[in-house]
Amino acid sequence: MQPRSSSNSTLSGSEWTLDDLLTIEQMCASHAQRYALDTFPNQMEVITSEQMLDSYVSSGLPVNYGHWSFGKQYLIESGKYRAGANALAYEIVINTNPCIAFLMEGNSLAMQTLVIPHACFGHNSFSKGNYLFTQWTQPDAVLDYMLFARNYIADCEERHGAAHVEQTLDALHALRDQGLDKYKRPRKLDTRKERAEQAKRLSNAQEAMRQGEYYSVVPHAVKSADAAPTFPKEPEENLLYFIEKHAPKLEPWQRELARIVRKIAQYFYPQRQTQVMNEGWATFWHHRLINDMYEAGQIDQGILLECLHSHTNVIRQLDYGQLNPYALGFTAWNEIKRVCESPTDEDREFLPGIAGKDWLETFHDVMRNYRDESFLLQFLTPKLVRDFRLMNIKTSEGLDHWTVSDTAGAEGFKAVRTQLAASHRLESYLPEMSVMRYGRDSDRKLVLQHQSYNGRLLLGDEAEQSLKHLRWLWGFDVTLEAVDENGKTLKSY
Amino acid sequence: MSSVIVDRRPERGKSTANRQRVLKRLEGALRAQVDQMIARRKLGEHDKSADIEIDRKDVKEPRFLLDSKTGAHGRTLPGNVDYRVGDKIPRDSPQGRGAGSGPGAGDSEQEDMFRFALSREEYLSLLFDELELPPLIKKDLLEIDENRFRRGGVVRHGNPGTVCVARTFKASIGRRVAAEAHFAEALDAAEAALRVARSSAVPAQVQVAEWELKEVRRRSADIPFLDPIDMRHRSLVEVQSPRTAAVMFCLMDVSASMNEARKDLAKRFFTLLYLFLSRKYAKVELVFIRHTDEAQEVDEETFFNGAQSGSTKVLSALTKMREIMDLRYPPSRYNVFGAQASDGDSFGQDSSASCAYLLSELLPFSRYFVYAEVGETASESGSLWTAYSGIASEQFNMATLTARNEVYPALAKLFKKEQPA
Repeated sequence: MQPRSSSNSTLSGSEWTLDDLLTIEQMCASHAQRYALDTFPNQMEVITSEQMLDSYVSSGLPVNYGHWSFGKQYLIESGKYRAGANALAYEIVINTNPCIAFLMEGNSLAMQTLVIPHACFGHNSFSKGNYLFTQWTQPDAVLDYMLFARNYIADCEERHGAAHVEQTLDALHALRDQGLDKYKRPRKLDTRKERAEQAKRLSNAQEAMRQGEYYSVVPHAVKSADAAPTFPKEPEENLLYFIEKHAPKLEPWQRELARIVRKIAQYFYPQRQTQVMNEGWATFWHHRLINDMYEAGQIDQGILLECLHSHTNVIRQLDYGQLNPYALGFTAWNEIKRVCESPTDEDREFLPGIAGKDWLETFHDVMRNYRDESFLLQFLTPKLVRDFRLMNIKTSEGLDHWTVSDTAGAEGFKAVRTQLAASHRLESYLPEMSVMRYGRDSDRKLVLQHQSYNGRLLLGDEAEQSLKHLRWLWGFDVTLEAVDENGKTLKSY
Repeated sequence: MSSVIVDRRPERGKSTANRQRVLKRLEGALRAQVDQMIARRKLGEHDKSADIEIDRKDVKEPRFLLDSKTGAHGRTLPGNVDYRVGDKIPRDSPQGRGAGSGPGAGDSEQEDMFRFALSREEYLSLLFDELELPPLIKKDLLEIDENRFRRGGVVRHGNPGTVCVARTFKASIGRRVAAEAHFAEALDAAEAALRVARSSAVPAQVQVAEWELKEVRRRSADIPFLDPIDMRHRSLVEVQSPRTAAVMFCLMDVSASMNEARKDLAKRFFTLLYLFLSRKYAKVELVFIRHTDEAQEVDEETFFNGAQSGSTKVLSALTKMREIMDLRYPPSRYNVFGAQASDGDSFGQDSSASCAYLLSELLPFSRYFVYAEVGETASESGSLWTAYSGIASEQFNMATLTARNEVYPALAKLFKKEQPA
């Protein structure tokens, strides 16, 4: 392949070839160098709309195990797409090394000119640099791991029956959000080690079973119930981990499935916490790189205008609607640049740490070391709050209205900033649950607790059905209690 | 490693396996909808994909979610121009609703139903499942019969996959033999010329003759083993499957005793017969004749759904069929098929008169005529059945249908004689 030389020809029109995409990527790379954007090598994959729907259902992962819920998601998404209710994403990118970016075949040349810098340089550099990604995910290993998971699950279906595997996965999926290590850093994914250890775990289990037969005839010293220490010693937040290690009745292969489901859930943990930052960062850089390409005469005005048209659509914010993470993120990064380059007195007061500093250095530092919550808490400027005309509203159970508690302005700024940042914590929309007690030596009952804040409870119907799944996995009684900040039980399930 | 670009477009159908899984899970709900569709769809429409609507409850995946109706919570909204601190916004105002849905609000915010299309194959296989078709028949019906390819001899052009090695080598040998014969002559001539030149002893002439001889030898060594003109390929020619026009007459008794269940059975009978015929003939026209004591040609809608009352006179339908046949479907140009469904009631002379008419006026001009006695009490003793059972013709057959799963065995029995055709 001989890409067009980037120096002496200008891209124009709307048709493109595979070579053009490489040309765009190379042009972006040369500009990105000036901003020290550090990226994984790019692997751009051209896909059809049908394949884009495939990627949707597996969260962008090119390999996934088989399960009906992915088929369901596909039916729903393709139905919406065919009915014209939803447009498809122009690109999907996940943090792998090399960084795989899916580009739709239906995109015009201008759209490709927009999405390549967005995905291949924006998201790519973010996932290579941001601490959550570097500490919590292994871009080199994830594809191998997914392949391992797919084969293992297919193998299980063959050996233990598709229906049994499906039922186990159904139950595990219900607990997916409770399969996260939120504080303790998870172990690195390593397929080879995973396979070796899996074999060891299986043989250990068999050994234990064999020994159990001998021990069962040896009389145990009778322990009194109250003398038994509570187990676990500390509450365990990772429900799936606890099930994998301690569920009394699960087969070894079912424990392995629990492990796979929680490993994959864990992999997407950083994504969920950096949406505003990540999208804002990618939007900032596509905007920048497109303008650079135009100034260097590498793309013509038609492409620039079409790009800007799409760009403004992407960052459109509807009044009183949900906050658009692209709009919020893009503006927040631009604000950081402004505060660095030409701070006002107000900025010096609220953001003394970055006012007047080198913008590019600040950018890289912020990109590497923050997530949405801390990012907004640290770098939201009073000007942004005013420009977005943000306001805080509050409500509580039984009220049929919201009450405005703070508005943009000098007195409301800090409250708006605090609440906006807090709403980007995972815990603000995922219930915090933990395992409190497991009657290991008595009735094997599992006691769970939902730490309820501000009186918020679980969606009853969903919780009951999820519990049903959990009880099936556990094999013994499971109880769940919602407990408030003062330790008072609000509800038992 | 530098950047690469991969064209993934040819790799299709990644979601097929998962689609099969969810369809299997939805089988009950799908079957119910396909049942309704069988009642609703026209005979000719069964060969198409089908739009399906599924309740999300059927494929619910529960999770632990926070209930947005409980407790106290706050949100931050953009674009405020109207409100000051302390103002109240009703929850069901446009602004309040915007605030209501947040991240993680969960399925409760989504639509209750979702839609998708069942492909033609998926639809038909659900339809056939109930009819309990044997696997081979099912396969035959599911596959769209396209024109087949037959060997069409050997040709000079084609793609590398179709090279006919033996014929190519034969051509190569022939060409080489011919070419070498030509060079043998040229060689002889050149050698003779050299001898003449040597005998004349003029060095320049000897040089020229030697050069020419060398040239001839070089050219003769250059005869290629294989030349493009040697290539022979097996050719495939498209053979149109022999299909011609057919007309299917659907005759049904719609007197009061034909209740909905019986009509449903009859419809399945007609549907399957139509599908069979449409495999065999490029174009199958449909004629619907309903009768009580008099016969009418009606459209499909009226045929299956229209209500009529009266007594029963089968003969009227048979004469109507003949009438239409003469008028629009001359047996010289159409393969005529008759399918009659009735609950078997007929009175007085009607049965024997019908039987005689069928024998003398219809069967000679029809490819085939089938009679199905439908109804939960259908037995081989009704008056029409008794009369028809006297017909000993290759082109006639009959069966009783009491339940859905009998439709196929009945048809199979009806067409047993037809099989070799």
